[in-house]
Amino acid sequence: MTEATSILNLDGVCVSFDGFRALNDLSLQVDRGEMRAIIGPNGAGKTTMMDVITGKTRPDEGTVFFDGRHDLRRLDEAAIASLGIGRKFQKPTVFENLTVADNVLLALAGERGVFANLFSSRPRTAGDDIDRHLAVARLLPQRERLAGELSHGQKQWLEIAMLLAQDPKLLLVDEPVAGMTDAETEQTADLLCEIAAAHSVVVVEHDMEFVRRLGVKVTVLHEGHVLAEGSLDHVSSNERVIDVYLGR
Amino acid sequence: MITARLLSGRMTAWDGVFLLLLLVLAMVVPLLNLVPGQDSSFHISAYMVSVLGKYLCYALLALAIDLVWGYCGILSLGHGAFFGLGGYAMGMHLMRNIDGRGVYGHPVLPDFMVFLNWEELPWYWYGFDQFGFALLMVLLVPGALAFVLGYFAFRSRVTGVYLSIVTQAMTFALMLAFFQNDLGFGGSDGLTDFRDLFGISLTSDGMRSGLFAASAIILGLAYLGCRLIVSSKLGRVLVGVRDAESRLRFLGYRAERFKLAVWTFSAMLAGLAGALYVPQVGIINPGEFAPAKSIEAVIWVAVGGRGYLVGGPIGAVVVNAFKTFFTGNFADYWLFFLGGLFVFVTLFLPQGIFGWLRERFGSGGETRS
Amino acid sequence: MAAVSDRRRLPRILSTSLALILTLALGTAAAAAVPEDERLEPALLQQLGERNLRVVEQAVTDVAASGSPLALEVLVALRDGRLYRRDADGAILVASRVGGDVLFSDPALGTLGESLAVSEVTLIRVSNRIRRALSAAIASLSLEHEDPGVRLASARQFIDSPDAFLLETIERALAVEEVTRVRNALELARAATIATDPGQVEEARIEAVGVLAEAGTSRARRVLMSMFAEEGSDLELRRDDAVAAIDRTLARWQRAQNIWHGLSLGSVLLLAAMGLAITFGVMGVINMAHGEMIMIGAYTTFVVQGVVRSLAPALSELSLLIALPIAFLVAGAIGVLIERTVIRRLYSRPLETLLATWGISLILQQTVRTIFGASNQRVESPSWLSGSFEFGQMMITYNRLAILAFALVVLAAVILLLTRTSLGLHIRAVTQNRKMAESMGIRSDRVDMLTFGLGSGIAGIAGVALSQIANVSPNLGQSYIIDSFMVIVFGGVGNLFGTLVGAMTLGVTTQLVEPTLGSVAAKVLILVFIIIFIQFRPRGLFPQRGRAAE
Repeated sequence: MTEATSILNLDGVCVSFDGFRALNDLSLQVDRGEMRAIIGPNGAGKTTMMDVITGKTRPDEGTVFFDGRHDLRRLDEAAIASLGIGRKFQKPTVFENLTVADNVLLALAGERGVFANLFSSRPRTAGDDIDRHLAVARLLPQRERLAGELSHGQKQWLEIAMLLAQDPKLLLVDEPVAGMTDAETEQTADLLCEIAAAHSVVVVEHDMEFVRRLGVKVTVLHEGHVLAEGSLDHVSSNERVIDVYLGR
Repeated sequence: MITARLLSGRMTAWDGVFLLLLLVLAMVVPLLNLVPGQDSSFHISAYMVSVLGKYLCYALLALAIDLVWGYCGILSLGHGAFFGLGGYAMGMHLMRNIDGRGVYGHPVLPDFMVFLNWEELPWYWYGFDQFGFALLMVLLVPGALAFVLGYFAFRSRVTGVYLSIVTQAMTFALMLAFFQNDLGFGGSDGLTDFRDLFGISLTSDGMRSGLFAASAIILGLAYLGCRLIVSSKLGRVLVGVRDAESRLRFLGYRAERFKLAVWTFSAMLAGLAGALYVPQVGIINPGEFAPAKSIEAVIWVAVGGRGYLVGGPIGAVVVNAFKTFFTGNFADYWLFFLGGLFVFVTLFLPQGIFGWLRERFGSGGETRS
Repeated sequence: MAAVSDRRRLPRILSTSLALILTLALGTAAAAAVPEDERLEPALLQQLGERNLRVVEQAVTDVAASGSPLALEVLVALRDGRLYRRDADGAILVASRVGGDVLFSDPALGTLGESLAVSEVTLIRVSNRIRRALSAAIASLSLEHEDPGVRLASARQFIDSPDAFLLETIERALAVEEVTRVRNALELARAATIATDPGQVEEARIEAVGVLAEAGTSRARRVLMSMFAEEGSDLELRRDDAVAAIDRTLARWQRAQNIWHGLSLGSVLLLAAMGLAITFGVMGVINMAHGEMIMIGAYTTFVVQGVVRSLAPALSELSLLIALPIAFLVAGAIGVLIERTVIRRLYSRPLETLLATWGISLILQQTVRTIFGASNQRVESPSWLSGSFEFGQMMITYNRLAILAFALVVLAAVILLLTRTSLGLHIRAVTQNRKMAESMGIRSDRVDMLTFGLGSGIAGIAGVALSQIANVSPNLGQSYIIDSFMVIVFGGVGNLFGTLVGAMTLGVTTQLVEPTLGSVAAKVLILVFIIIFIQFRPRGLFPQRGRAAE
């Protein structure tokens, strides 16, 4: 396969809602083990792109391949998740009426069938795995609390812990530091870099400081199309990018 | 092994109280009916035994509804359909048991078929003379209907009020169909004039007490089954489905399959409730499919408190006790009361009676899920 | 008088449709004073009662030729056994039933009808020989009558019971007839007469069969079925072809009639569902008490009608129009009250809203039952909504037509309100994106309240319309609520065009399926169809798309 080195390959993807083109001939390639930052103004199509990759939205045109061989257009969310694509939402979505540990338990790689789940009530070995991921996310003291009781930042971290528990090949992270304090932002950046060592990661973010801190290749989206790609310094010197960000 | 796990800290003190109460009822009510003389103040009349037995059937129906509503977020406005189908399956067995002793004395055909000049038994009435077959149908027919409806509905992600309306349409359609004489289920009169079960008269004290005890025990077992489901990892997945279905999909769970399994199981429980109900009240007719009946059953769960399992049965008994009281004394005001109850509970008692009890007296161990 | 009809057994008065029409047309003529020169001679009239058949036959011809406007009535009365002789003076009297009484009028004097005892009069009987002459005379008189309605009715009667003897009369009338409708009927009458007459040559009969086939009515079909044709003959072949052709035409008209019934049902569904579509679209809540708003609208009509009848009887024809705004306000006010007290507190808990509004519906039903009783109330139809007309071979009643037109007017009004007013703009904004609308300064709570009031008010005026065709009882609303939901589920939420298409599709489909499957099976089938439909279009035919819909 020609795309053997790329984990994710979008080619000519178009999506429109009621005549509004959310994605317009979007092409994007993420290499195996790479961390990529996606930036762009509101309405640039970042979230729609995530929806297309995770199977929530079907593209009108174009192809989406994962790992060179899986055609994501043909699969539903659960199948795509099982292939190894994890997603962290912009607004933290955790299961508020379950404990922190149960949240991670649900995310842990393992059986996804109905009856397997009925008869495999919280296997003892899972406990260690859960604790390990909670430790990374600094949530061990909150282990038995209901997830709904956590602070906003803690929920973000719990989501990241859940992503780790899922052990995906590709992580899609949508605005991980929105609403975080500076200290939390810094810790999150470190955590993402740590994760990127073992996984491919796509980060969508507004916060330029955060993106600079990640120090990775940046893709700028505008009106559903790739405007520029390269290092942060490279793209931020691009005139069209400046136009888009600063307004004309 | 499963029992061991259930007893190892998965159950709360409230569960224990509930199950113990059922066990005591299963023994004491029949005893007080059979042993003391008619005029003893401890005597429970046969009529009262049947009324209490009816409440237990409603409690089982409420348990089934709470399992899908409280844990999966599926508000079914059509569980009366499953209840009714289970009831009809049992009613068909009781009909076949009349065995030539009907008014027209036909050896095989029920009276209503003779009355309609039917020549022979329709094929779908075959086999119901066997209790085992009838019991199988009590579970399979509601289960199959639920499976088919759920398969399509969940697959295409019909949720929320849409799903509620579809379930209501389902029971409405069944009601219209069962009113038809041609369908072969007795039309608007339904199935009635039953004689006996296992060769014992349905009106005998022994049979009434036996049915009551069976209702209590089956309710207890169903309760244990539901508790097993909600306390397993499956139960956590279900809560995930209820609270953030799409998030769960991104974790790789096919939410629709989980819903389908629990939905079908719940329909079977409702069918079982209907099957226990029919011999105790002596009739099953299309009125059981009326959408109003199904919605009323939902309010039992809301009154008792949803999402605890024990709340449904509590609500069913409390509301129906009120109903018996009202319809006996102020029939005209029952609908005012029931309507007011719907509004009051949704506005001011969202956790229901049991939620309020827990707040007063503690959760009894396990955290709520 | 009643005693007359009892003992003498007056032959069926008003026996045929012709007699009915004639009585209606001529009844007044007989009652009014007729100019002296147009009255019939008493001597001539008395000859009608003679025993000598020859005299009677001549008298019939003379009466027909008299040119008096009363001649036709007298002859019809004679044929139908309504002509009497007064025993006292031998005067000939025409009996006619007016209301419950039998009145006798004297064509010789042109007097008003008077009541007479049975013992005072003797019925004049007709022999078969006279009957023949009588038919011919009546035929030519009625076919030459100045009122085209009488001519048409008469011609139709000759299609229904053709008589070879009358062919000449019909052809004579045809030669001078100028009104198209009557001409067509006469052509058919001629064809029917020829086709059923075995004395005619086969070619003529075949041609006549062709004319009947062309007409394509069930009346023509009856003629063809009654005509005699030798087995295996060419005529029989043509006849069978003609019947088959008519059957096809009739089937087409039947289908058209069913579609009309379907559109009518659809307009009822549209009225019932429109308010629900608006509230569901804007607020995402299902109002289970919506049906009760319709019921309240219908009861408002009932009350308004009663008040108007006692206070201003002159306006009672207009009481429906008076009820419209009142029903809108009453139902709308109750809707606003419900929104303020209950629905507002359950915001973002749609399933609980469903339960609470169901509870409200129970309370409203029981309230109405307590006030008005459980039985049906009768809402009168004004005369301008009564009756029907024929369109081709379809029967269209005015009240159904009015409801269809009314539903479309209401739909247009609501669409105008939503697209041309600032309230409409706010409602649409909140429907599409509540958060965004709020941040732009739209008070979404006020929009919710007004929307709910609007939806309920529309249900109220739907109730006014439904009071014309449905039983006004406390259960009225319940019978529409599930159907209304089906319309919305089918058409898509928050889209009135979808509601229109959904309502009409469901209405027409139901009516097209009903004749073959029966009404219950049709209903069950529709429900099953919708359950399957939403598998493929979970958001209905015309879904809202985009992120806002999530």
